[in-house]
Amino acid sequence: MVTVIVNLSRYLILILMLLYTLQCFSVFGRKTDEAKRNVMRKQIVSMLFMDFVAFLVMYLQTEDVWMAYGCAAVMGYIIAVQVLYRIFYPKASLLLVNNMCMLLSIGFIILARLDMDQARKQYLIAVAGTLVSLAVPVIIRKVRSLKNLTWLYAVAGIGMLGVVLVLATVSRGAKLSIEIGGVTFQLSEVVKITFVFFIAGILRTDTSFKNVVIATVVSAAHVLILVASRDLGSALVFFVAYLVMIYVATKKLRYAAAGLAGGCVAAVGAYYLFSHVRQRVITWKDPFAVYNEVGGGYQVAQSLFAVGAGGWFGMGLFEGTPEKIPIAEKDFVFAAICEELGGLFCICMLLVCMSCFLMIINISMRMNNRFYKLIALGLGAEYAFQVFLTVGGSINFIPLTGITLPLVAYGGSSVIATILVFAIIQGLYILREDEGEQIEKQKHKKDKPKKPGKPGRGNRRKEEREEYGEKTLEEKIREQTEKSLNW
Amino acid sequence: MAYLFVGIFLSLIGYMVYFNVKLKDDVINSPYNSRQNAYEERIVRGEILANDGTVLARTDTDEEGNETRVYPMGEVFAHVVGYMASGKSGLESSENYTLLTSHANPVEKVTNEFREEKNKGDNLVTTLDANLQQVAYDALRTNGAVVVMEPDTGKILACVSKPDFDPNTLAEQWDEIVNDSENSSLVNRAFQGLYPPGSTFKIVTALSYLRQNGTLDGFSFDCEGELTAGGYTIHCYNSNVHGHEDFAAAFANSCNTAFSQIGLDLNRTEFAATAEDLLFNRELPLELPYSKSSFTLNESSPDALTMQTAIGQGDTLATPIHMAMIAAAVANDGVAMTPYLVDRVETYEGTKVRETAPEEFDTLMTAAEAATLTDLMQGVVENGTAKALQDVGVSIAGKTGSAEHGDLSEPAHSWFAGFSNVEDPDIVVCVIAEKAGSGSEAAVPIARQIFNAYYNN
Repeated sequence: MVTVIVNLSRYLILILMLLYTLQCFSVFGRKTDEAKRNVMRKQIVSMLFMDFVAFLVMYLQTEDVWMAYGCAAVMGYIIAVQVLYRIFYPKASLLLVNNMCMLLSIGFIILARLDMDQARKQYLIAVAGTLVSLAVPVIIRKVRSLKNLTWLYAVAGIGMLGVVLVLATVSRGAKLSIEIGGVTFQLSEVVKITFVFFIAGILRTDTSFKNVVIATVVSAAHVLILVASRDLGSALVFFVAYLVMIYVATKKLRYAAAGLAGGCVAAVGAYYLFSHVRQRVITWKDPFAVYNEVGGGYQVAQSLFAVGAGGWFGMGLFEGTPEKIPIAEKDFVFAAICEELGGLFCICMLLVCMSCFLMIINISMRMNNRFYKLIALGLGAEYAFQVFLTVGGSINFIPLTGITLPLVAYGGSSVIATILVFAIIQGLYILREDEGEQIEKQKHKKDKPKKPGKPGRGNRRKEEREEYGEKTLEEKIREQTEKSLNW
Repeated sequence: MAYLFVGIFLSLIGYMVYFNVKLKDDVINSPYNSRQNAYEERIVRGEILANDGTVLARTDTDEEGNETRVYPMGEVFAHVVGYMASGKSGLESSENYTLLTSHANPVEKVTNEFREEKNKGDNLVTTLDANLQQVAYDALRTNGAVVVMEPDTGKILACVSKPDFDPNTLAEQWDEIVNDSENSSLVNRAFQGLYPPGSTFKIVTALSYLRQNGTLDGFSFDCEGELTAGGYTIHCYNSNVHGHEDFAAAFANSCNTAFSQIGLDLNRTEFAATAEDLLFNRELPLELPYSKSSFTLNESSPDALTMQTAIGQGDTLATPIHMAMIAAAVANDGVAMTPYLVDRVETYEGTKVRETAPEEFDTLMTAAEAATLTDLMQGVVENGTAKALQDVGVSIAGKTGSAEHGDLSEPAHSWFAGFSNVEDPDIVVCVIAEKAGSGSEAAVPIARQIFNAYYNN
């Protein structure tokens, strides 16, 4: 009987994931707000059902009562997040909320499969992170001095990375985290956010050559410290965010081209200077040829065996042997998911990640304030590139860089930081909705000309805008609370 | 900018699809993959069969569910079929994943899963001919190897290596066999044995001469039984004196002094290029482990080494399968087919899952060059060192070899490489009998038995 359920569940989980993914994209075709919300509700149902099936199978396979608790906890988390957002931020992007819940769920499922202790830890950190993150959209809306703290971001970022470089203990050849009172912090995760805030701050009003040079120098400092810590993955993520933000802020292709050329030269230089970089490339070319060497192909080969064993449909939960993959819960979580849940499931997961990215870009495109626009863009680029590096590395599409899949992989700092990123994006989204409404109202009133042209000018208008935002917010809260309690 | 990032997401998805469609089987088949053992808990390993259905390996399950791998043909197919003891070898290793995959009727498979019964893995139908393999096995009485293949398809019909072992009892004798470094019985000499090719290499030297001079006409040489150059003297085998020879006669007589002179006259760089055209120093398209043949001559090589190299001694080393591929290319108008052992994969009920299609590997020489070499090799049978093959009843072309080795105190390795039915070649036979004397003494009679078996059945 258990075998029947396990076998059926493989396909059921995949179907639910497929449905969810389709809904991620079909929502853009829906015209009315109500139709969109309807799709969002269906997504929540698919998600909850998928979690239920996955934990049920894991319970049947292990008869570990923690699986039942885990199921309740994960479903409780999803429902709580959905309700809280509908109460406090009815104007938030529900698709982004859903995607965050979905990716976290996948992470909880695979962590519960691999190591229940880690799943519990991850859960508690995610809950704490989510509670903290609920304040973020308010801060974004209320604290207008965020954009004036440019140099604080730079000093804090370089300071934190420097501390890691000096104090961290080496794990798997890289200096990644420091330990304070028994708790490890991977500070580069936090610096990813401050870094983007710095670049957005310095380029927000003035994209003169001088400012671009300053941004470049500070970015180079970040990247070089990371290279010195041998955290190649993060270094690349920072570099790509820098490139994207410079290009979009200045709209000058030659800056992007120069940056890219510099990056290529640096990459080639690193290849010849550092043996560990060279080793990664050699391993990438043929992991099986250097299988037994130190730092050789063992990890990637094990990851590929797992991906291969999973095939399209996966072996089923607790039917594979993902524990054979080294660091399966972190760098190679993608391979572990492939093995047990299948290649198609993973492709859907990648599409969900892409949906997150598109949503972030969408928000960035519609922001009028360049500071916020650049922040959204920078965070989006970091997110997308991190997914690319870790997934590409685990399937040997690109050389391994040792970085984790945001929200899915185990890692407290990473989870908190990513939840914060999503909350910042939500804050921007809400700000945008406010702006949109204000423009609408202005059009109706016709007593004011247009939206403020340049930021920083006209404090009076801003205060007015704030007022309008406030009123509509109150109305909306009432409306949406009713709605959300009814669905 | 956004499109660029969408592009990288789509490239990841594209690679996932590519991996699952194209790369997956090779990755899973890697000998490092310990997950394959997990399949053994769900699948009864499939059978390995000869091309007529003779069972070469099967799994017997007793009443308690214990499985035993049985090899009914024992030592005869030991190296090519392989073993499962401490690790795996041969087809048991290279096709491990195939044997542990079931393409049986899906309904039946699901039913079995629900009953918690094992499914039956797919069967491997090889290209091996049980009769030819047995004849070759019996004919080869010393250490050595025999390869028989079809030149126009690349099908390997027989692949014998001695000394051998019994895969049925290997587990019990494991330590004894592994520690016996003198015999290294587990090594498949047909694919992995590196031997000096001796006079069979004169095929390569002849081709290089042909390419550098455009024709064999006008060659003449007076053999006095020995030739000295660079302070080194080459003798003809048994110090024979062949007298006046044209190229065909020198080749048919396997005249060492004539070919040493040819070697000295050749441009050594181009000689090396011809050898590499004929797959020396190159990877071969084989699915079982093999050794790479080597040829090291270059412009600065001394005369003595050049003379030795021209007659297949010196530093040159070749595997039997490689010499078989050269002979097969000569037979097949210069085109080397990819040798293969797996004809098709079937479900346990005999439904075809996949079939290997013959594939061209590389063109080693032009059709005209192949025709010229065929004439030379036919001369070897008509009036040279392989006369004993004349009574088989079909036209045969070949080359013998007597390869000196070690400190020259022991008898030479005996070589033969050739093919039958010259107009429309049927099979290539390559034989090496270690320390068995000249090519005509040992290897030619073995080849003769194989040709006879092929045409009289």
